[in-house]
Amino acid sequence: MSDMIDEPVVQAQSPFSEAWGMFKRNHAAVVALVFLGLVVLGAIFGPWLYPTDPFDMVWAPFSPPGQEGFLLGTDYLGRDLLAMVINGARVSLLIGLSAAVVSIFIGVTVGALAGFYRGWVEEVLMRVTEFFQVLPTLLFSMVLVALFGASLPMITFAIGIVSWTAVARITRSEFLRIRELEYVKASRASGASSRKLMFGVILPNALPPIIVQSALMVGSAILFEAGLSFLGLTDPNVVSWGQIIGSNRQYILDASFTVTIPGIAIFVTVLAISLVGDGLNDALNPKLRQR
Amino acid sequence: MSPLLTVENLRIELTTRDGVAPVIDDLSLSLNAGETLSFVGESGCGKSMTALALMGLLPEKIGRVAAGKIIFDGEDITHASPARLREIRGNDISMIFQEPMTSLNPVFSVGEQIAEAIRAHQNLPRKAAWNKAVELLDAVRIPNPKGRAGDYPFQMSGGQRQRAMIAMALACEPKLLIADEPTTALDVTVQAQIFDLLTDLQKQSGAAIILITHDMGAVAEMARDVIVMYAGRKAEYGPVDAIIEHPRHPYTQGLISCVPHIVSDMTEERHDLVEVPGIVPSLKDFGRDECLFASRCQHRTEECMSKRPVEKHFDNNQIADCWHAEEL
Repeated sequence: MSDMIDEPVVQAQSPFSEAWGMFKRNHAAVVALVFLGLVVLGAIFGPWLYPTDPFDMVWAPFSPPGQEGFLLGTDYLGRDLLAMVINGARVSLLIGLSAAVVSIFIGVTVGALAGFYRGWVEEVLMRVTEFFQVLPTLLFSMVLVALFGASLPMITFAIGIVSWTAVARITRSEFLRIRELEYVKASRASGASSRKLMFGVILPNALPPIIVQSALMVGSAILFEAGLSFLGLTDPNVVSWGQIIGSNRQYILDASFTVTIPGIAIFVTVLAISLVGDGLNDALNPKLRQR
Repeated sequence: MSPLLTVENLRIELTTRDGVAPVIDDLSLSLNAGETLSFVGESGCGKSMTALALMGLLPEKIGRVAAGKIIFDGEDITHASPARLREIRGNDISMIFQEPMTSLNPVFSVGEQIAEAIRAHQNLPRKAAWNKAVELLDAVRIPNPKGRAGDYPFQMSGGQRQRAMIAMALACEPKLLIADEPTTALDVTVQAQIFDLLTDLQKQSGAAIILITHDMGAVAEMARDVIVMYAGRKAEYGPVDAIIEHPRHPYTQGLISCVPHIVSDMTEERHDLVEVPGIVPSLKDFGRDECLFASRCQHRTEECMSKRPVEKHFDNNQIADCWHAEEL
């Protein structure tokens, strides 16, 4: 009977390919994604392709870009800026990503428990969330880094611990909405455990806004790291974009390129991440989706 | 043989802003394996609440079983632990919901969801569970089950989704299947198919079915016994034939006369459709010691307004809770 009405139109299209179709329509996001891909590849393979040590004094200080064979010039200690930007990309991206992972992990856990169990669990967890929301973020992470030392894991943790609240609130609100839906009741009626309901049924449906928020958070974590290292709160043994700006900031009037170049790197990368986040929002937000 | 399910004097209370209200008051019933029992009544009569109580899924902190027993397969499940209830749910008792459009998880394929329901109770490898899901889709007569198992809910029609829901409910061969208005959201033609499917599956598996509906036609077709609920209380209970033949509660009479009769209407005498005037009393009035239907009843007397009716048993196993049952 329904062999006849086997509509070819509704070809099986997984949510993934559907989302990709929507993403592709946002041209700026696609360009940004390609650019981000290049940045990531550059961060991974750049140090092999351009093996200059970013800490080596290779030439006189403040050599302008393009001269003496140094594409981006040299900084106040005569170090190769190109090598520094390439190696800095590693640290900036790494901290951006792992701080985002830390805050997503905390935020999703807190939000899921609060939204699923309600009652006193929600009260306690949301009051804790509010406590972290009202802390001055930069000050708090500065205190953490100053107290416990400026190692990469500590900086990552300091950034993560001050930025999970938004994720927690989004996750909680999605859980509050989804837990009342019929299919959650239906899975409860088929004997699913609380853990299964939380992470196997509700969370997959709550993911779209969380993914969008996470993408944006990578960008803000990179900015945050730049801010911290600009203030000198960074691991002195590694280069990051913010640190290049921070260490050259006294010479901004004499050799502005030493600050501008890493600044552009941060700006363009964070912009690309935001654009990709915007594209993800188009792809995953059901209100913008046409079905 | 002892019945599969016995409910004795069940009372379920909901805590509302106006205080505690009995949404199910003094309900008793029994159901044997392989039989079908139907609950009918208007919205807000406690039909769905009964189903939730049987599943141990009363709304947390608001609803509770205040008195009575639910004995399923020899075990009083009103006192079962949450872990034991999880074991029972989906495995021994499963449920089909009213809205096939929203009762499937939109982000997983139908096959995955059925396989997941199987794996929740049986220790099967992923592949075997998937194969069983395909078999189940075939059993509920979805064409090309192998291909359709990978479909997402939005790619299916309402009837197909309800079939998929039935497949999921039957995944672990439950002894009792609760169907909460399984066809209300579907086209009439599809309704008949779903009822046929349920009847056939019941014959094969020997499961008992509780059918919750407000459609007297569906009751007549599917069920052996029927309970007419009104405002959380049983109005009438007995074999479907006897009750449709001679309803002894004015509410049952009202419900039956609400069903349009196509065939008889074709002839020259066309009865007007009868409506039951008024509405179900609000929750806070549920506990009162009077006949709750009295305000809508044309047979009302002093007695109805001052005392709750007692059960009146008739020879054909019909039970009616009405002061005037004999006269009707």
